[in-house]
Amino acid sequence: MTISMTTLEAETGGAPSVGVAPPAPRQGVWHHLLRHRGAVLALSYIALVALLAVAAPLVVKLSGWGPYEFDQTAIDPNLGGLPIGPLGGISAEHWFGVEPGTGRDLFARIVYGARTSMLIALAATTLTTLLGVLFGLLAGYHGGKVDQVVSRVMDFLMAFPALIFMIAILSALPASNRAPLLVLVISVFGWPYLARVVRGQTMTITQREFVEAARASGASGWRIVLLEILPNLRSTIIVMTTLAVPGYIGTEAGLSFLGVGVVPPTPSWGQMIAQSMSWYAVDPMYFLIPGTFLFLLVLSFTVLGDRLKDVVDAGERR
Amino acid sequence: MVRFLVTRLAGMVGVLFLVVLFTYAIFFALSPDPAVQICGKNCTPELIDQIRTNLGLDRPFYEQFLGFLSGLFVGTTYGTGANAIDCAAPCLGYSFQTGQPVLEMFEQRFGVSATLAVGAAVLWLLMGVSGGMIAAIKKGTWFDRAATGAALGGVSIPNYVLALVLQYVLVVRLGWLPFPQAVPFAADPGQWFLNFVMPWLVLAFTYASMYQRLTRANVLDTLDENFVRTARAKGLAPRLVWRRHALRPALTPVVTLFGMDFAGLLGGAIIIETVFGLNGIGKMASDSITKNDQPVIMGVTLVAAFLVIVGNVIVDIVYTTIDPRVRIGARA
Repeated sequence: MTISMTTLEAETGGAPSVGVAPPAPRQGVWHHLLRHRGAVLALSYIALVALLAVAAPLVVKLSGWGPYEFDQTAIDPNLGGLPIGPLGGISAEHWFGVEPGTGRDLFARIVYGARTSMLIALAATTLTTLLGVLFGLLAGYHGGKVDQVVSRVMDFLMAFPALIFMIAILSALPASNRAPLLVLVISVFGWPYLARVVRGQTMTITQREFVEAARASGASGWRIVLLEILPNLRSTIIVMTTLAVPGYIGTEAGLSFLGVGVVPPTPSWGQMIAQSMSWYAVDPMYFLIPGTFLFLLVLSFTVLGDRLKDVVDAGERR
Repeated sequence: MVRFLVTRLAGMVGVLFLVVLFTYAIFFALSPDPAVQICGKNCTPELIDQIRTNLGLDRPFYEQFLGFLSGLFVGTTYGTGANAIDCAAPCLGYSFQTGQPVLEMFEQRFGVSATLAVGAAVLWLLMGVSGGMIAAIKKGTWFDRAATGAALGGVSIPNYVLALVLQYVLVVRLGWLPFPQAVPFAADPGQWFLNFVMPWLVLAFTYASMYQRLTRANVLDTLDENFVRTARAKGLAPRLVWRRHALRPALTPVVTLFGMDFAGLLGGAIIIETVFGLNGIGKMASDSITKNDQPVIMGVTLVAAFLVIVGNVIVDIVYTTIDPRVRIGARA
């Protein structure tokens, strides 16, 4: 199961176009990914959501309704605020219908919710990867006392009931500015999983001849770590990170669903689903739409991660 | 073995201590004054002061923390004189909202959560492990494709979305199942089953999918190993190759995962019990969070940590018995 070698050396043997010089395992990976239909679909969906997230203000201008605008004409006050029209009020005016009770445009909230989800997932991924790689390298390269300390901290964090503790902390913290807190909390509990693998591989690579050669030629510790060891870890880091992203998206949505994540009125998919709970029997579209978007995003990252792992593993075997 | 156990147990106590310390410190530093909360509407400054003294909230952090710790082991007494309330060990304090002892709240809700957890675990082990094994044996067939596809969907769908979908379709639309309620088994086994089956399915589905993927990948990996090739080459019947050589090493990681997942199930129970309105420990946790009921949140965190850590230790012990490589001492 572990990814113990690297594509870098492995691919120079097999792929015809690759010379001895730096180019191309990356291109190889892209090439393999683009030949897999599932991976292409997954990439397209991720790109679409990312585009919606980045261009949210423009997209919303196009669709006509902002995420915080109440459209009283789209809901029926006699039915307790149910959307007027079939399928949760889907119409040319409101592409995905409206929120029951308030009449806010669901499409706009989905688009802005994509912003929240992607931003938090991206930030959490970046921070987790930084921490994981940094501590993994530190522990793996130095060994000894440093390794002992880092490993104990990792054991501790991994034995922690993370979800419950996240809920507990977030519920105690002030409600303003939840997004950075979410990122911080997710990353603090997330980095050991990457660091553990990076540590193990660093230990193996440190024993290899080319590292010894670099050391013998007088390279400094930093130089060895950055130029000799880190490039060899690249495929591992990419795969592990991609496989971790769906977890972060799910965690953010789950925490928002439980009411300790992103606070209203800022939209987030998880929070939309939480609010739809009291309406699910009469307005199923209200939970189906954000639910589907969330499901597809997690699915896409999972498919992409699986595929990347397969490609890297296959490269190794050759 | 004895030495291994002792170090593991010592580590476990250490981690638990740190969990309690961190949680306590966070609540001490961050949450709003509980005395004001307890005091309610007809509150006077004197009353607040009295509550503070009774609960020991006027004392410094380390004294309060030590008080909490000793309450866990030897019990404690809140207040003095006629107002004194005894809280026997293990004392988790009293809910700020209802005034009920936290331990008692746990006891009342334990049955529901345990039913949910055990039922779901049985389901997911059955579905996940057998599904993964069959998919690996029949790699490339329609069964493999269907099971692997379902598992991919299963790991991707958030369980609260699945819960809402199932509840909408099976309960609201088709009327096949009742809205889940915690019917005791003794009262009516049939109803008990009908009420719990949907929560079980939802909770089990994510895990079953994870186990299917893990089992399938592991079995396929094992089949590539030299010892399996040897077993085949020496002419062992395929069935025996599977049973004696391929499945055992492939299932060891599943055992590890199961111990940890089962112990960590309280996290999943929070969501499932909240969605279905089942009054278990998970629901209690989410309610206490919205009401900022510190002692209850503390209690849940502590119990959850305890379960996870005990689960880890049990897994380690089981591991040494089922995996000969660990027994020999290849442990890094």
